[in-house]
Amino acid sequence: MERVPVLKIGDILLVSIQIDMEDQTALQLQEDLADRIVATGCHGVIIDISALDIVDSFVGRTLASIASISRVLDAETVVVGMRPAVAITLVELGLQLPGIRTALNVELGMDLLARERAADDWEFDEGDAEDESEPETPAAAAP
Amino acid sequence: MNQQGELIQVNSDQDVVRVRQLVRTVAVAVKLSLVDQTKLVTAASELARNTLVYGGGGTVEVTTVDNGRRPGIRIVFADQGPGIVDLDLAFTDGYTTGSGLGLGLSGARRLVDEFDIVTAPGAGTSITVTKWCR
Repeated sequence: MERVPVLKIGDILLVSIQIDMEDQTALQLQEDLADRIVATGCHGVIIDISALDIVDSFVGRTLASIASISRVLDAETVVVGMRPAVAITLVELGLQLPGIRTALNVELGMDLLARERAADDWEFDEGDAEDESEPETPAAAAP
Repeated sequence: MNQQGELIQVNSDQDVVRVRQLVRTVAVAVKLSLVDQTKLVTAASELARNTLVYGGGGTVEVTTVDNGRRPGIRIVFADQGPGIVDLDLAFTDGYTTGSGLGLGLSGARRLVDEFDIVTAPGAGTSITVTKWCR
């Protein structure tokens, strides 16, 4: 059985599927990614499927599982590079890929993850700021 | 006029990959459009997996056909497995007796032009699909 390599680039794990995967290979990728997310603490996963000429229900379900597993492990998954014919076929097949974020290519996928991460940090900072301001409020209100 | 088909034994994950590759090669040879190639290979992948998982293995035969007006591809998926008891239920989106999504049979039918199924409890299942060039 072949294995799909998982590359770490900064805070992102990048997977580019270049082979026609056996079902077992897809399941192995799911496991490998979960392990690497925990081992590296990466917050983003990009799965490039631009080399895939079909995505059937098994691969689709595996991608959805990977997205769910990643989220539980505090990482966001973006599937990038889906071919137009694959998108048309997936919709006709009835596969909806719940919970999967998509982008047209790796670069846009990285932008998406960076924006989401920045938005998360912003919310976190805001929360901090509120906490810090609380003790100051009575002081400021005092004459 | 039908040409002699190519037969693949489906007994493992690897054989499902071989079915996809054969169907793709033949689909390119009869000049299906890119979208139709993609639909047919996807349907073949779903049905070959069903042959393996639910039929306990079987055969897939890929044949080029011609109805006098246009060429096409016919694929027969045959197994000697338990057969399908309730066909209406089996064709319901989301219904599965296994661990899949329940889209294989119903989805595959939407992706091809002709779809015939012969099955009976205990007598195996044979599914014939055809995709014609546009």
